[in-house]
Amino acid sequence: MTPILARIRTTCAALAVGLFSVCALARPAPELVLQLATGDNDAKITALAALAGSADPEVLPLLEALRDDTLKSLEGKRAIIYDGETATDALTGEKLATVPDELEDVVSNNRVTQALDAAFAAFNLGADDRATRLDAARTLQEAATPAIRPLLEKALANEKDAQIGGILRLTLAATQLRDADRAVRLSAIRMLGESGEPNARALLGSLLEKDGANYREADESVRVAAQQAINSINSHLKLGEALGSAFTGISLGSILLLAALGLAITYGLMGVINMAHGELIMIGAYATYMVQNLVQAHAPGLFAFYPLLAIPVAFCASALVGILMERLVIRHLYGRPLETLLATWGISLVLIQLVRNVFGAQNVMVENPAWLSGGVQAMSNLILPYNRLAIVAFAIIVVIGMSLILTRTRLGLFVRAVTQNRQMAGCVGVATPRVDTLAFGLGSGIAGLAGCALSQVGNVGPDLGQSYIIDSFMVVVLGGVGQLAGTVYAALGLGILNKLLEGFAGAVLAKITVLVVIIVFIQKRPQGLFAVKGRFADN
Amino acid sequence: MNKTLSSRLFGPKAWAALLAFTLVTVVLVPVLNLAVPEGSAFHLSTYWVTLIGKIMCYAIVALAMDLVWGYTGILSLGHGIFFALGGYAMGMYLMRAIGREGNYQSDLPDFMVFLNWKELPWYWQGTEHFLWAMLLVVLVPGLIALVFGFFAFRSRIKGVYFSIITQALTYAAMLLFFRNETGFGGNNGFTDFKRILGFAITAPETRVTLFALTALALAGFLLLGRYIVTSKLGRVLAAIRDAESRVMFSGYNPLPYKLFIWTLSAVICAIAGALYVPQVGIINPGEMSPANSIEIAIWTAVGGRGTLVGPLIGAGLINGVKSWFTVAFPEYWLYFLGLIFILVTLWLPRGVVGQLQAWFNKKEERA
Repeated sequence: MTPILARIRTTCAALAVGLFSVCALARPAPELVLQLATGDNDAKITALAALAGSADPEVLPLLEALRDDTLKSLEGKRAIIYDGETATDALTGEKLATVPDELEDVVSNNRVTQALDAAFAAFNLGADDRATRLDAARTLQEAATPAIRPLLEKALANEKDAQIGGILRLTLAATQLRDADRAVRLSAIRMLGESGEPNARALLGSLLEKDGANYREADESVRVAAQQAINSINSHLKLGEALGSAFTGISLGSILLLAALGLAITYGLMGVINMAHGELIMIGAYATYMVQNLVQAHAPGLFAFYPLLAIPVAFCASALVGILMERLVIRHLYGRPLETLLATWGISLVLIQLVRNVFGAQNVMVENPAWLSGGVQAMSNLILPYNRLAIVAFAIIVVIGMSLILTRTRLGLFVRAVTQNRQMAGCVGVATPRVDTLAFGLGSGIAGLAGCALSQVGNVGPDLGQSYIIDSFMVVVLGGVGQLAGTVYAALGLGILNKLLEGFAGAVLAKITVLVVIIVFIQKRPQGLFAVKGRFADN
Repeated sequence: MNKTLSSRLFGPKAWAALLAFTLVTVVLVPVLNLAVPEGSAFHLSTYWVTLIGKIMCYAIVALAMDLVWGYTGILSLGHGIFFALGGYAMGMYLMRAIGREGNYQSDLPDFMVFLNWKELPWYWQGTEHFLWAMLLVVLVPGLIALVFGFFAFRSRIKGVYFSIITQALTYAAMLLFFRNETGFGGNNGFTDFKRILGFAITAPETRVTLFALTALALAGFLLLGRYIVTSKLGRVLAAIRDAESRVMFSGYNPLPYKLFIWTLSAVICAIAGALYVPQVGIINPGEMSPANSIEIAIWTAVGGRGTLVGPLIGAGLINGVKSWFTVAFPEYWLYFLGLIFILVTLWLPRGVVGQLQAWFNKKEERA
């Protein structure tokens, strides 16, 4: 658009607004003002709706007076605005010489207050600030009455924002459902049908109900259209539900993946069965908790970024504990997997009790920073919480990072070499004990990362790890030993399967079914989804 | 093998010890508990009878564990499920034996009235008969072990894989039994038993009888275990533990051997559970928790795998210490248990009894 054209457009818009306010410069209808001050609650509500519908700026002081309780009634005949010092006639605007003694408060109940909110919202629709307008549009959507129709039409004509416009159009359609004109009703029904909102479905449903012997909506063809619109909303909602359970499945899968990735290294690659893996996750979560507290105490301004600070801390804390475990205990048990299992179980008991003694047996509070709370409204019945989205993204990053470490670094090369043939690797000069320690530290550190992520979506307590250990072993067993890809597929598959089954059978039966599925699956493929090809003797 | 059966099982000293154990538990303990007056220094209180009875049940479980782990090399982390199932089967009978004396004066167990159930589920049918309930004690865990074991051993799941899957099995069962709809009392399980076979369950005579029965079962299973491990079957089992592939190459199919010992071990566990429930007076899904099952392994490890007496001593030691610890310093019990796990696997891989045997053997060699 050329600058001149743009300027012309702006001028026209300004002119239109100017005209609009000039036309509206009439006093509010006197009987409405009186009803507001002296009528009963129902009368007040009708008056409010009518006043709001007039979109008259003169009404605003009156509404404010009602909100601030400065609107008084004088002998049930006059509406007076009394601000504590001067009394003004609400109708004429003239100041009263003396303040009358018989002023009565105007009492509003809950419904009146709601109607008042709606009336204010009607005025805010013209505000410059987008957020104010959006708020106003949402408030109006809750309290749509035919009285505000003219106002909605006006606001729609001026609204440029697509989201606000959409809300307004829906609200308008809701008010048009009882219109006398059949064509208007049909177009309103179509509009509501396309919206996919659950409350639009309720509105449409009310058309199909009977008032006594007659349908509320007399016209057969309109009723058919309403039914079609309801069906379309239903299928829309079903789609939303399906996507929602797919998303929770993926998010559960990423949590399982994070919890199992560390195991994929320590168990999958090194063959060390670490029953304290869950407790390493717990340590990561508690490290996050401590970082949160430190940041809150010493640098409250950085609170929004504490999860980012916590990531390296959690990694290091768990990695350190893991390295200690490896050096002190696990090292002496290589080649005796069953004993390793028992010893690491012992370590997990000690760690749990240690955390209980230090932090207490109760769960601790780990708060989401602002950017991780709330969510994206993807569909009318589908909200994607930011913390879940962040976990999915985090899991992807960790998987990529880990596969880079394993395939592109010297440490990764050594780890793979030691995994494939320990003696041969030692012969060509790989310091196998050091590689063991580092690899175990890496796996433990990733458990710490999982803990950091889990602290953002779930409870943090001493028993945190216990609830993940069986699940993450199942992931590794299902995925196959020695393969990252297997772990990824197994975690996502189990997560989605679990959530799908939960829909039919409830959480507990879903979990049991998944376990049975795994046991049956292992019958078919004892080496897991992705078996390493090779000729190994079994012992 | 020209030895007689009795000398094959035990030497003369061991037979004497077994006889002494039986006499003490079947004759002396009842006398000390029932006949000796309460004030006397020789009186054995009912608390001790119950505690020792409970520990003997654990010892039976440890023995069962030793048969599969110590002698066949199969580490089960899910033996709690068999113990609990045996306990639940016994508990079903005990619940039915309450009759109409429950809080709701109904023919149905209280928790069913609470759930507003109108009639017994099919699997509760017949549980009012003691014999049928005892049959269930053996059959249900036995069948589950048989089916699970068949599929697991057939696809040659072994080692750590097998351990983890058994752990998942008991975990799944625990979740299942936690549900009220499963029909076993949910969280609370069964409790408030009144009588067994018409005898009041809290009466000292009943308790002493249960105690003596447990002791006899313990002695019996010890003999059975000894009979098995000294037989040809026992040698095949040990061979499977040490080198399964070689056993297969020598023309043996390990499946029936493993399946037999696995199922037998499960049944022994279940009988221990059935003896445990009337003595302790409660059974709930907590018995199936993975932590409980893994503790069984440590009893066996502490006492000494591959020795039949070791696990009995291990179970006695750990549970004795536990009942003292959890009263005296409950905070530190997990440290203690955790350290036992670590230290025994690191420095006492043969267990207490195994280590002692090794010392004696060395001495004899020197002498």
